Amino acid sequence: MAETALRAQSLTMQFGGLTAVTQFDLEIASGSISGLIGPNGAGKTTVFNMLTGVYRPTAGKIFAFSKEITGKKPYQITKFGLARTFQNIRLFKDLSVLENIMISMDNDPALPHFGLLPTLFRTPKSTQAESRQTERAHELLKALKLTHRAQELARNLPYGEQRRLEIARAMATGARLLLLDEPAAGMNSSETAELMEMIRHIRDEHHATILLIEHDMRLVMGICEKITVLDYGVKIAEGTPGEIQKDPKVIEAYLGKAASERATHA
Amino acid sequence: MSKYPALKSLVPLIPWTAAFAVIWLFNRFVANGINPYYFSIIMYAGINIILAVSLNLVNGFTGQFSMGHAGFMAIGAYSSAFFTTQMLAHQPGWMESPLSSFSLFLAAILLGGATAGIAGVIVGLPSLRLKGDYLAIVTLGFGEIIRVVLLNIDAVGGARGMAGIPALTNFAWVYGFVLITLFTITRLIQSRHGRAFLAVREDEIAAEAMGVNTTRAKVRAFVIGAVFAGIAGALFAHQLMYLNPQTFDFNRSFEIIIMVVLGGMGSITGSVAAAVFLTGTREALRPLQEFTKVDFRMVIYSLMLILLMLTRPNGLFGSQEISSILKLKRKKEGARG
Amino acid sequence: MIQFVQHLINGLSLGSIYALIALGYTMVFGILQLINFAHGEVYMLGAFIGMYSARALHLTDRPSIGALVVAMAISMAGTALAGFTIERLAYRPLRKSPRINVLITAVGVSLFLQFSGQLLFGADPKVFPEIYHPGGQWHIGQIMLNPLQLTVFIISILLMLALQTIVYRTRLGRAMRAVSFNHDLASLMGIPTDRVISFTFMLGSALAGAAGVLVGLIYPKIDPLMGTLPGLKAFVAAVLGGIGNVTGAVVGSLILGLSEEFLVGYWAPTFRDALAFALLILILLFKPTGLFGTGRQDKV
Repeated sequence: MAETALRAQSLTMQFGGLTAVTQFDLEIASGSISGLIGPNGAGKTTVFNMLTGVYRPTAGKIFAFSKEITGKKPYQITKFGLARTFQNIRLFKDLSVLENIMISMDNDPALPHFGLLPTLFRTPKSTQAESRQTERAHELLKALKLTHRAQELARNLPYGEQRRLEIARAMATGARLLLLDEPAAGMNSSETAELMEMIRHIRDEHHATILLIEHDMRLVMGICEKITVLDYGVKIAEGTPGEIQKDPKVIEAYLGKAASERATHA
Repeated sequence: MSKYPALKSLVPLIPWTAAFAVIWLFNRFVANGINPYYFSIIMYAGINIILAVSLNLVNGFTGQFSMGHAGFMAIGAYSSAFFTTQMLAHQPGWMESPLSSFSLFLAAILLGGATAGIAGVIVGLPSLRLKGDYLAIVTLGFGEIIRVVLLNIDAVGGARGMAGIPALTNFAWVYGFVLITLFTITRLIQSRHGRAFLAVREDEIAAEAMGVNTTRAKVRAFVIGAVFAGIAGALFAHQLMYLNPQTFDFNRSFEIIIMVVLGGMGSITGSVAAAVFLTGTREALRPLQEFTKVDFRMVIYSLMLILLMLTRPNGLFGSQEISSILKLKRKKEGARG
Repeated sequence: MIQFVQHLINGLSLGSIYALIALGYTMVFGILQLINFAHGEVYMLGAFIGMYSARALHLTDRPSIGALVVAMAISMAGTALAGFTIERLAYRPLRKSPRINVLITAVGVSLFLQFSGQLLFGADPKVFPEIYHPGGQWHIGQIMLNPLQLTVFIISILLMLALQTIVYRTRLGRAMRAVSFNHDLASLMGIPTDRVISFTFMLGSALAGAAGVLVGLIYPKIDPLMGTLPGLKAFVAAVLGGIGNVTGAVVGSLILGLSEEFLVGYWAPTFRDALAFALLILILLFKPTGLFGTGRQDKV
């Protein structure tokens, strides 16, 4: 099909003597929605941290849209079209919703940006660029149904909207590949359903590729086209939701050996 | 108007230019008539505004708590004073014409700002990797090192101090630079560069993930802060006409910190108000100081700081500006009307 | 060579005093992640309490080790109370505040004690009374050994051993270690964290008080601003050894005392007060965990 949005080759992460992730391979097709699942402590967030440059992998290589990004710093990686959200919500709490978006857009390599002096003296070009950027920010807020909150401080948003703002902020970097770390955590089932709609909408309307970590199996099975399962830092399965649900290794990882035996005998 | 975008961007400069004109006129026609004692208070208030606002950029807007601002002030003061005294020693004629003394002093101030800025890079690059308490104490340490080094440089008088600095500072210089400071820093924090500073303050990890080069942002804020501290130092040196390393000890840094904290970290209006207020208080407390033989204002300052943290940790203005407060008020009145 | 040994002895005795102050810093930092800037002032208070109690009890009439012990005991009790009060009034109400606010408060408390100390005790230096003066000087070969220095060194070591026992051999010490490991966990386990924190402050302050008296013996001029620099230096020593680590604080202090003494003796006496800060910067840049410390990482 399309080009590859993300390719990870035998990523390994060691902390001291502990190996958190071993020889992990991953390939994400452009325009797809994929899931990364696994029991608690399986190394999912560690994978995200490697992909986004928070950790430097002990071994292995990472390519975003065919360009190597291994060992680059997080702020450099966003320039390659890859951005993330955080499991434990890390918004710029005391800034407005609009400012949260603007900060990301300031670093979108596709937008024009000006240096210290032109912005200080507000040259016509720099003010124009700024107002165009503000317009774009409002458009993005509209797409994520946050328009009514634009001037509010991020800390005052209800939980579900904070999660949406996290996604909007990641999109605002100009990223074409979004890594969502438990986007539905703490949401009730109607909020989760709405989120699923939104993720599909982002993929279809904004031509984004999405990789998400999630514990909510209804969400994962509902929207992911491909699912990768991690256990103890090792990839144990990969496939469509249907395949994953039947995979005895996955059942074992989640429910223990007995359950997997029962499942295969049944 | 919209046909001439270049003109349009000049419009907001009108009030600034007008303010410059007022300052110049005040300096020309009024300043000389003011009682010298009150006049010197006005001058120190201006210098303190520059110091407080520039430190606020680092401590308030960028969230990097520096305790060594006096060190940069010292570098600006000493380098500019060294420059002017040397120039005058070799070319006494510089003082004679207004134009040449103007250019001499401008060069000295810019030199003071530049050397302080370079020191800012040298101090900032390594120390801004640290956070919180560690950053605070390392900047304090750098400030002390700068002071001890100055004590040991004989060319600038060492422990004896440096005398014979020409009295070049006047009202227009101080308040001209106050305006430049306010202009630069307010516009900076409203720009994309300033937003990066705010992002760093709010959450460094998230800022980095959203493409902000946090190291660059922090060093930038720190260096810009240092440059203005250096400028303030240059103005200070040519106002007091005498420098001593002791003047730039930790208590001086602390004085600037309390202005920032009292006014509200992240509020320029607050810093200005607190700088003026505390410069005034210092003088009001002088009789008490002479009576007790103790630097009484430090007792008050420190007590104020403790009480502030216990009761109103965001300072007088929080992170609000006078402009937004007025806007809000107008909005409320509009809603009522 | 003789000079070298002489510097070594002076350095160790200076270092042992830094160590007494550094221990308080390191314990408080370990438990609250707070640089208690006021700790240097507690040490200053220790010297003054020692002086006033020596005068009030006429300890100078019969200078002896007993007199020293009495003065130290009173001073330690007084500074323990001071430490308790500071924590209670200034730090405890801020337990849930941003750390920077606590830091600002700590700086405020430090300056408040310095300058209200000037109001209370007067700004000029006072002479610390002679409450103990072992006769003359001992000579080992050509090396001069001041028995006062030796006394200070021995008492410091004894106090540190006592602290070691409290921290590692008592229930309270165990609670302290638990709280410094993880506040929330410790309080879930039923440890009264507030009381443990108070106790930590009292313990650290008592050691600083003892240091104040011991310094008064060797350098008998005391003034209300005397705590600032030794306080900061002791903090540097604590960082050098690995903040939060008791052994580290002692080793770091001895290293700092020795290097200051050698810098002054051999190279550049006027740079003495910059040395500690230069050391601090180097450590924080190259090994922020210190010699004995273990690192903690931000969680993403």
